[in-house]
Amino acid sequence: MNVLDITGVTKVYNPDTVPVHALRGVDLEVSAGEFTAIVGPSGSGKTTLLNLIGGLDRPTAGQIRINGIDLATLSANKLIDFRRDHIGFVFQSYNLIPVLTARENAEFVMLLQKRPRAEREARVTQLLREVGLEDRMDYRPTQLSGGQQQRVAVVRALAPRPRFILADEPTANLDSVSTANLLDIMARLNREEGVTFLFSTHDQRVIDRARRVVRLEDGQIVSDEVFDR
Amino acid sequence: MRTLVVLAWRNIWRNKRRTWITAASIFFAVLLSTLMVSIQKGAWDRMEESVVNYYFGYVQIHGRGYWEDRSIDRAFAETDSLRRLVEEIPGVETTVPRLESFALAAHGERTLGVMAVGIDPEREHAMTRLRERLVQGSYFEDDEEAVLVAEGMAERLDIQAGDTLVLLSQGYHGVNAAGKYVVKGLIHFGSPELNRLMVYLPLPVAQYFYGADGLITSIALKVTEKDDVPQILATLQQRLDTTRYEVMDWHQMMPELVEARAVDTAGNYLMLLILYLIVSFGIFGTILMMTAERTYEFGVLVAIGMRRLQLSVEVWLEVLFIALLGTLLGFLASFPLVYYFHRHPIDLSGSPEMAETYAQFGFEPVFPAAFEPMVFLGQAIVVFIITSVLALYPFWKIGRLQPVTAMRH
Ligand SMILES: Nc1ncnc2c1ncn2[C@@H]1O[C@H](COP(=O)(O)OP(=O)(O)OP(=O)(O)O)[C@@H](O)[C@H]1O
Ligand SMILES: [Mg+2]
Repeated sequence: MNVLDITGVTKVYNPDTVPVHALRGVDLEVSAGEFTAIVGPSGSGKTTLLNLIGGLDRPTAGQIRINGIDLATLSANKLIDFRRDHIGFVFQSYNLIPVLTARENAEFVMLLQKRPRAEREARVTQLLREVGLEDRMDYRPTQLSGGQQQRVAVVRALAPRPRFILADEPTANLDSVSTANLLDIMARLNREEGVTFLFSTHDQRVIDRARRVVRLEDGQIVSDEVFDR
Repeated sequence: MRTLVVLAWRNIWRNKRRTWITAASIFFAVLLSTLMVSIQKGAWDRMEESVVNYYFGYVQIHGRGYWEDRSIDRAFAETDSLRRLVEEIPGVETTVPRLESFALAAHGERTLGVMAVGIDPEREHAMTRLRERLVQGSYFEDDEEAVLVAEGMAERLDIQAGDTLVLLSQGYHGVNAAGKYVVKGLIHFGSPELNRLMVYLPLPVAQYFYGADGLITSIALKVTEKDDVPQILATLQQRLDTTRYEVMDWHQMMPELVEARAVDTAGNYLMLLILYLIVSFGIFGTILMMTAERTYEFGVLVAIGMRRLQLSVEVWLEVLFIALLGTLLGFLASFPLVYYFHRHPIDLSGSPEMAETYAQFGFEPVFPAAFEPMVFLGQAIVVFIITSVLALYPFWKIGRLQPVTAMRH
């Protein structure tokens, strides 16, 4: 079964004043375990699409189903819980809560889910070790580099074992070494944990690592290619 | 919830300076208002106490209509059954019979309108500690042809213990009353008004003077607990023949006092209201900044699955912590201060002008602060309510927060 089914999704911002057609009829299917990049020039609708998939915003028309559940049927509060339990988010920057340590940030979603302490600690310690942050667990975000912060954000997203992780330009603010490093980690976690990754980017080095590349232009999918890597 | 508390606590230290400034404004408000309320309450309590304990008592029984016209013609006999009936009521410690009326007092060339009261020396002492308030001379016996004169009055009449005082009055049913009495002692009254007005005679002597053999005009009640007064009053209304007697508590006997206190207290509250209004604006400013500068962060939190209610509670806790900090520090500072003024009353009697002003209202210009947990608790409640009301703003703001919009900041 697909983890994600999108049919005929359009998104119009400011329909009553200056309408902006950010998405014009997008159809997309994503199955479990994919490592997929959404690419396209600035303003093509990448962020808009990811926000709709993540239930952060509602489409103007069309249907988005995650694991067969139509997001439109969920109330606002149910949607928040749904995000918490099924979707991991990594944003471009400032993902972390400044007053919490790396470990506390990484545990945060599991904490919201009221998972037992022992389970949280074991899971987060293991993941932070995997991303090479075992000696930074008690640091605050301001004491971490941008790349380290993004790694913590990935761990936070991954820790509660969501259906998939949405990452909107996760490397946009990183240098090339940190970018390569983060992608290595994401690819490895994708393989080892079997979690689906869906990320947007316009960085060619990132695009080259994706196993599927969906290209958006002007709110429409113009190409959809699968690579064997 | 633990998470929210930890988050809130750490968040308030993100901007230490702002937290301290906000807490300081609450600190000063709490300090100022606990001090103000304690001193005001203390002053009035002291005044009521001095008026009640030095003479009136919390409850009195009169012949019906007496308080209205103060006529000695409404005198009645204190029979054994009447006394027993009253003293049997729980909470009544003793009863004090009196025969009071107005008289003209003269010494040498000087004369003065006074209140000449017949008392049972022992029973009177049991309630008002009269013997201990002697400042000169000695206490009198039951049947001595002698008087005790209030200090202020002695000064005006230029009279001393051992001198002779002449009293003239109209007695029971209009008989002429006149007598010459040795001044046995001078007594001090807390209330300057009473201090100027009172002359005591032994009850039988006064009854003879007024021609009211065996009669009294009032019975004052010594009550163990002030809080029992309404209950005692109700019982008396029930058991006494109200066509013959009237029963009054000190509120009814001294409505001016009650009213003056209410007016003064209202004025005080108005000042506190203004004070807290100013402080509220300060706190609100802090809340506005706090929510505005963290819009993006709030967006992230709601996006990754934090409920809006949880987030709102977290922000409310932040405001509450700052308020708590200010309130606790305020208590820490005001406790010793209030206690100091409790033990060392503010004494304005050194300033004759102030003393005179307060004398007009019938009390000594000495203000011990009340040292009562209720005053502090009241402040804590006020601060709690203010912060909770102000925290409605972040509740409202976060309730409408859309992560996508918030994160475009
Ligand atoms: N909240 C909004 N209100 C109005 N218009 C918006 C809003 N969000 C996005 N848009 C517009 O919708 C279009 C698509 O924007 P979107 O952010 O999805 O593009 P993007 O592909 O993510 O671009 P970038 O690579 O610059 O991040 C753009 O024209 C943008 O200006
Ligand atoms: Mg974008």
